[in-house]
Amino acid sequence: MGRYVLRRLLQMVPVFVGTTFLIYALVWAVPGDPFEGKCGERDCPASYVSMMRERFNLDDPLLLQYWKYLVNLVQGDFGVTSSGVQVIDRIAATFPVTLRLALVALLVEAVIGITAGVVSGLRGQGFLDSLVLVSTLFLISIPVFVTGYVVQLVFGLQLGWIAPTVTTPTFGNLIVPGFVLASLSMAYVARLSRASIAENRRADYVRTALAKGLPTRRIVGVHLLRNSLIPVITFLGTDLGAFLGGAIVTEGIFNVPGVGGLVFRSILTKDGAMVTGVVTVLVLVYLLMTLLVDLLYAVLDPRIRYD
Amino acid sequence: MLLEVEDLHVEFRTRDGVARVLNGVSYHVSAGETLAVLGESGSGKSVTAQTVMGILDTPPAFVTRGSVRFHGEELLTASAERRRAVRAEGVAMIFQDALSALNPVFTVGFQIEEQLRLRRGLSRAQARARAVELLDLVRIPAARQRVREYPHQFSGGMRQRAMIAMALALDPEVLIADEPTTALDVTVQAQIMDLLAEIQRERRMGLVLITHDLGVVAEVADRIVVMYAGRIVEQADAVSLFRAPGHPYTAALMRSLPRLDQKGAALETIRGLPPSLLRIPSGCPFHPRCPRAQNVCVTRVPPDVPLGPGRTSACHFAEGVLGG
Repeated sequence: MGRYVLRRLLQMVPVFVGTTFLIYALVWAVPGDPFEGKCGERDCPASYVSMMRERFNLDDPLLLQYWKYLVNLVQGDFGVTSSGVQVIDRIAATFPVTLRLALVALLVEAVIGITAGVVSGLRGQGFLDSLVLVSTLFLISIPVFVTGYVVQLVFGLQLGWIAPTVTTPTFGNLIVPGFVLASLSMAYVARLSRASIAENRRADYVRTALAKGLPTRRIVGVHLLRNSLIPVITFLGTDLGAFLGGAIVTEGIFNVPGVGGLVFRSILTKDGAMVTGVVTVLVLVYLLMTLLVDLLYAVLDPRIRYD
Repeated sequence: MLLEVEDLHVEFRTRDGVARVLNGVSYHVSAGETLAVLGESGSGKSVTAQTVMGILDTPPAFVTRGSVRFHGEELLTASAERRRAVRAEGVAMIFQDALSALNPVFTVGFQIEEQLRLRRGLSRAQARARAVELLDLVRIPAARQRVREYPHQFSGGMRQRAMIAMALALDPEVLIADEPTTALDVTVQAQIMDLLAEIQRERRMGLVLITHDLGVVAEVADRIVVMYAGRIVEQADAVSLFRAPGHPYTAALMRSLPRLDQKGAALETIRGLPPSLLRIPSGCPFHPRCPRAQNVCVTRVPPDVPLGPGRTSACHFAEGVLGG
């Protein structure tokens, strides 16, 4: 196990270098002057442009630029934006919000998705099963920006049950955006658990548990669930990784000050240092989440051994 | 009488029609007795056992008639709670493929201990100690370590032993073994059969041994019932059945055994295939494959012809078959 983790961590190094290089190259390769429009209606003075080109090493060859960036990065220096703000400060301000939103979405997705899937998988064909199948198909079919705007319009503006935009990103205020963010994955989780339960319901070990005279709730709650939820939990893990990457659309609709919005604005303003910095953090988070999911898999299913 | 099955009828209502899987099965087993249930795949051996345990999948399976009695108490109409109480305490069952019958994500110990904790109220430590004893009893070496292992870490024979230990946890009075050795290689088969026979003797359990292996039957069975197309075609004590079969199907099964004195010769087979349970042949269900079939076999269902004490054969020509 220890060797496996070490190997996986070492594998992250080339992935990390590759992705950061790509994003670095792409950001500064976008056509157009990165300092255009930074000085209002007028062209920026030549002294400003040359200072900026100096600060971001833009006169060096690309590889050397990247190398200098990487050396700083490894020392924990994410650089400053063109307006002189520390990139790391902006990430530190937005990432906790995104983390909160991601946790809310994960909870919604897990609780509702698994419950719906387990119930319909156990009951088999019938009203409940059809209801779950149709409603999940509905959720899968509509894009998140539609769900988001409709929810905002109906519950926020017409019914007035919620504030249409998030002013302070507390857990409570993030419930509705969390629902919207989770809606698609929730449908997938429901279908995945439903299929998994239906498949395992007739398994031999369930019959054995029955023959042992165990009560139904223990057969379902212990024997059946533990086996059926293995694929669901790994799905949830990778999904959390995706949520942590920020939700540009959901955050945009509800005005949540998270990482997604930060990336989006930085791309629009061609703020290369910020984009590269945020994406670097997200790559790291995603790599660690994937490793965590793989390790969790071995914990859940004793037949899987990494060595 | 410990366990009695009487006139059991079970049908599977499927999309293709109604399959009559059991058509009047009766047998009984008493304490200390080994009853072998012999028959081809699809003859209804396992379905009978699952009906006794009350673990049939309904739907598609429905019990339409008959009776299952444990110590004279009717089980088919008993409450779900009562049936659950009889499972594993009264009648326990072990299955053919121990790898799929054991839960892959729990340790062998956990699966033995949970019954002891839930139904006997034992503490974790007591249950663990008892599980080790049980694994010792079925002669799993280093039981203290292996109790913590998962089913996939056991070999085939060891897994079947673990399953036997699990079935014995609540000291059942009857053990139903559904083809316990089919998935094992021959030397291991013999060890498992010896173990079962020994445990059965020591505990004076009733043992219902479901098998299609005549060799297994010959060694351990006291009495034998032979099933075909959801019916019992012959029942007899083991000695007299092997001396002279009383039903053409039993006779054909015996002729199809490999024999040392006919080494190199082609094995005899029973011509034709077992009938589809959706369309069981009229009259005697075995008539399309029977070398002795006459017109009466097509038109009339044969009654159980008595052939001596405790011995019957469902054949119009039972006496003739017995005479050779």
